[in-house]
Amino acid sequence: MCYAVGGRKIFDGLDITARRGRITAFMGPSGTGKTTLLRLITGQVTAERGSVRVFGDEVSTMSGGELFALRRRMGMLFQNGALLTDLDVYENVAFPVREHTKLPEPLVRQLVLTKLHAVGLRGAARLMPSELSGGMARRVALARAIVMDPEILIYDEPFVGLDPISMGVICRLIKQMNEALGITSIVVSHDVHELGSIAHDSYLLSGGRVVASGTPEELARSELAEVKQFMGGLADGPVPFHYPASTYEDELLGQAGDSK
Amino acid sequence: MSAAADSMPVAAVRRVGSVSLFLVQILARIPASLKRPGLIVSQIYNAGARSLVIIMLSGMFVGMVLGLLGFDVFQRFGSEDYVGVLAALGNLKVLGPVLTALLFAGRAGTALTSEIGLMKSTEQLTAMQMMAVDPIRYVVVPRFLGGFIAMPLLAATFTVIALYGAQLIGVQQMGVDQGAYWSQTQNAVDLNDVWEGIVKSLVFGVAVSLVAVYEGYHAVPTPEGVGLATTRTVVISSVLVLLLNYLLTAAFLNTNQL
Repeated sequence: MCYAVGGRKIFDGLDITARRGRITAFMGPSGTGKTTLLRLITGQVTAERGSVRVFGDEVSTMSGGELFALRRRMGMLFQNGALLTDLDVYENVAFPVREHTKLPEPLVRQLVLTKLHAVGLRGAARLMPSELSGGMARRVALARAIVMDPEILIYDEPFVGLDPISMGVICRLIKQMNEALGITSIVVSHDVHELGSIAHDSYLLSGGRVVASGTPEELARSELAEVKQFMGGLADGPVPFHYPASTYEDELLGQAGDSK
Repeated sequence: MSAAADSMPVAAVRRVGSVSLFLVQILARIPASLKRPGLIVSQIYNAGARSLVIIMLSGMFVGMVLGLLGFDVFQRFGSEDYVGVLAALGNLKVLGPVLTALLFAGRAGTALTSEIGLMKSTEQLTAMQMMAVDPIRYVVVPRFLGGFIAMPLLAATFTVIALYGAQLIGVQQMGVDQGAYWSQTQNAVDLNDVWEGIVKSLVFGVAVSLVAVYEGYHAVPTPEGVGLATTRTVVISSVLVLLLNYLLTAAFLNTNQL
């Protein structure tokens, strides 16, 4: 699959598969297009060439109605939670249920409280999103994402900005959702250690293509320079520390000359 | 001519086309949106009730100024009894709808734009799409309808308060005879004048609400983008209201003269 924005290639010949019932991680440095990949999978943007298939159906050719039908089988956890700010926690989780079903209120209540209990926030049901910490907001968003029992759960940078406790909680929940509910999980992140502990399959993306793939252990053992730099958190390597510029000496001497 | 100068009319036409398409999208979703009247009622409250104080205060001051101005002008001709006519026609036909629309753009229009823009920048609109919920139906249409319904009600409130303010100055303070004041007003104003005000406030309601929701929905999803969209709402709405006011005034004048 190929995808470009304003003539700049984001993906060029990307070939990836997320298998049913497994946790697949997409890792890569910032700006590699990890979030764009999720937008392609969910049909928010369309690939320039090639094919994106979900449940065997081509996403790019789907009509608006078909796309909405597909999304009802998916759940997505956004980087900042993306909770509706004018609704409280309970109503946020109930939102998809109320929109897509005509379930009686006692059943909606049971469903919402079950999901909130699963993420440990049943007691926060009446709090507003502005009263939640970052980790709590993400757990509420997770409860909302699973309330319609999706077959695929997509996580966009679920660990960003979280303290170690919240990070551990989210990690455990992702694993739990996958194991208990059999949900196919797609996780996009650059947190190598967290992903390593939960992912079944991993892809390392860089420069619009897959640099390496395999289990997290296989990636850790890779001798490829890109993989070693990313997994080891090295400042310089295939992804250079310095933004392209003229030589340091030229720039400094040039400045000195200019100031005279 | 430079390419940039050439592109300006093209960009303007493109924008008008984009706004028109957005209006079509809104109109197409109104039947579905009417099934959730609670959302619309809460937006009427947000756009209407929360603008009430500023509208009433402004109406009172505008009416009082009209009373003073009318007295000043008409006393030069010894026709102070006509103060009420100026206040009534001025408010019903022009000042009521126009000033309400300008205040509405500044108070409720900016609130609509920034609210929708912030929802966009915090991915709430994308989240709705991912939950297979159409954000235009759920977010945009109730706000558009709320503004459209609230605007004529606010204009009517403004006009009534302004008439009271003009009477307060003309009759109570300047001593114009109350009977002459109201009988001259009654003779001069007919139903067409009231109708003109109603039509204008409805048209301005559509224009300001449409600009506000369009700018919010199409804002660049950054703090700076939302700020710029909010500014654009005030500028575009204000100019549009004044332009439409001229066109409608001319149209009503032509119709009345036929």
